[in-house]
Amino acid sequence: MTPMHAGRPFRLFRNLNAKIASIPMILTALVIFVGGTAWTVFYSFTNSKLLPRASFVGFDQYERLWATPRWLVAVENLAIYGVCTLVFSLVIGFLLAALMDQKIRFENTFRTIFLYPFALSFIVTGLAWQWILNPNFGIQQVVRNLGWESFTFDPLYNADIVIYGILIAGLWQGTGLIMCLMLAGLRGIDGDIWKAARVDGIPTWKTYVFIVIPMMRPVLVTTLVIIASGIVKVYDLVVAQTSGGPGIASEVPAKYVYNYMFLAQNLGQGFAASTMMLLSVVIVVVPWAYLEFGGKRRHG
Amino acid sequence: MRYRLTTAAFAAGVVFAAASSASATDLEVTHWWTSGGEAAAVAELAKAFDATGNKWVDGAIAGSGDIARPIMIGRITGGDPMGATQFNHGRQAEELVQAGLMRDFTELAEKEGWTKLIHPKSLLDGCTLDGKIYCVPVNIHSQQWLWLSNKAFADAGVAVPKNWDEFVAAAPALEKAGIVPLAIGQQPWQTTLAFQVILVALAGPETFQKVFGDKDATLAAGPELAKVFAAADQARNMSAKSNVQEWNQATSMVISGKAGGQIMGDWAQGEFQVAGQVAGKDYTCLPGLGVNEIISTGGDAFYFPKQTDPEKAKAQEALASVMLSPATQVAFNLKKGSLPVRGDVDLNAANDCMKKGLEILAKGNIIPAPDQLMSADGVTQINDLFVEFFANKELSAEDAQKRFAEIIAAAD
Repeated sequence: MTPMHAGRPFRLFRNLNAKIASIPMILTALVIFVGGTAWTVFYSFTNSKLLPRASFVGFDQYERLWATPRWLVAVENLAIYGVCTLVFSLVIGFLLAALMDQKIRFENTFRTIFLYPFALSFIVTGLAWQWILNPNFGIQQVVRNLGWESFTFDPLYNADIVIYGILIAGLWQGTGLIMCLMLAGLRGIDGDIWKAARVDGIPTWKTYVFIVIPMMRPVLVTTLVIIASGIVKVYDLVVAQTSGGPGIASEVPAKYVYNYMFLAQNLGQGFAASTMMLLSVVIVVVPWAYLEFGGKRRHG
Repeated sequence: MRYRLTTAAFAAGVVFAAASSASATDLEVTHWWTSGGEAAAVAELAKAFDATGNKWVDGAIAGSGDIARPIMIGRITGGDPMGATQFNHGRQAEELVQAGLMRDFTELAEKEGWTKLIHPKSLLDGCTLDGKIYCVPVNIHSQQWLWLSNKAFADAGVAVPKNWDEFVAAAPALEKAGIVPLAIGQQPWQTTLAFQVILVALAGPETFQKVFGDKDATLAAGPELAKVFAAADQARNMSAKSNVQEWNQATSMVISGKAGGQIMGDWAQGEFQVAGQVAGKDYTCLPGLGVNEIISTGGDAFYFPKQTDPEKAKAQEALASVMLSPATQVAFNLKKGSLPVRGDVDLNAANDCMKKGLEILAKGNIIPAPDQLMSADGVTQINDLFVEFFANKELSAEDAQKRFAEIIAAAD
């Protein structure tokens, strides 16, 4: 590096324009994200009802939270929904992208069709699938009309499998986007690598698994973050499809937070629940960020 | 520079104030009355208010109170208050009042003599905090009714039951005829309502008062309540096939004879009326499930968030007096199927069921509604429990009772 000019002694003033331009975003991040989070965590240790009130009760809200069956059901549902969404949308998304990458005809048309559900909001998706899965109008009735009288497929009315009914709708909506991201990743792989692999006589599937997928690491990381953030905040899909029913079988944490903050007028309980949601995100994100960014510095 | 900024802010404030006073007599009123019978009743209120030279801006929020209340509270605490808003009087708006967000109506109440007009007195007590009056009760709604479809029982070939036990006994005959014995919507408050009604009817008003009012957890865990939970278990089995969400969908099952009966508040009556059915001929009503003829005196009330604009404040006063005027009370309550809050109005046009209710009211067989006794937090937890209980057959009556007692012990 060339030595600094005498007129600019401070590192702080380098790239001054860029630094000034980023001040609003830094303030937003600090005040809204960090500040709001700290505020929420702070008040989760109080017995605030409808309005925030600083009278502390220690861990009472958390004790009550983890003794509430509805919260436990919600956490279990989120775990099932999360693992399934992660696995299925990655696998299906990648398979679709790989198929799309075989230089097929009408690729644009297929891409549009697969991406189309993503243009719909979760509310519309939820309502549409509520009708499709309704035993009196949807798939079950259609199959029965075809002659298979004993056919039963009513996930939304069966407490044991209702979360899978929601999963189907979620996958239908989200997989198209994952496919597009994967496709972009595949297109980013240099064509010469494919040629070299063919010359060496490596089978196509091996090329994908051992060469292409490892090279797609940045795309995979982006995709993971997008999927994971969608999982934690799932709310509107459940509200539109089942509103938590039958009974409390399809409750999710975000819905618990909303209900206890505004409906039960118990802010403390809602804040405790949202702090637990934050904690689960932190547990996933911090080790990942450490690996990702800590590793890069060593290489750099 | 700083001086100029302040001036600009001040000017903007003045412009804003001027803009809002231009539409001074428009008063937005939010409520969650959206079913057929309810909408007809609201129209009566709007008509009466428009006649005073002001304009009713309707802010109906669809769904139910559970959906609407968070939106209303959000607007009031967020600094965008509406002119007036519905709540169930009791503790739902308690903290808003404590925080000084609601307007004090004591002066107007004294001038118009509300304390003498409003009957029973407990209604106004629900509006009172530290001796000041903050809301206007508009009707008395009681929950303790069993609505029966005469057609359904005729189809099943059994007599229309006169009490809960006869109804339970008739259930097998109804099921054989392909009729759902008991219709219950899946919304949380409906299952809780069914339970509370069974509790009051089978265990009596003293037990109800002790459990919900005094939060007596020992009683809630005791044998008296075990009886009630056993009956709730029966109700759960009888309603197993009713796959509807909204209360008025459940009522329409009763109206069309697809269901034998429904435990629902007297607002269901508005639906029977819209469908052109006649009390006693097409449908039968049993207050207190025909066991304990008692009604609760909950109901709807209007609260008036504080306004900065004096014109709006004046319109709020006009709305408050119009809501309590005898003519509005009669017109509104006939459409709504509820009872008027004044003891001195003429209700000759009332039907059989409303007359039954008025009689019970005159006898003084009344209890406060759970909303008046328990905070929203406790009510929500109980709602959660009963939603689960009615949907999940694996949750036994004994386990549910144990959890119920725990909630009561912790509730405030």
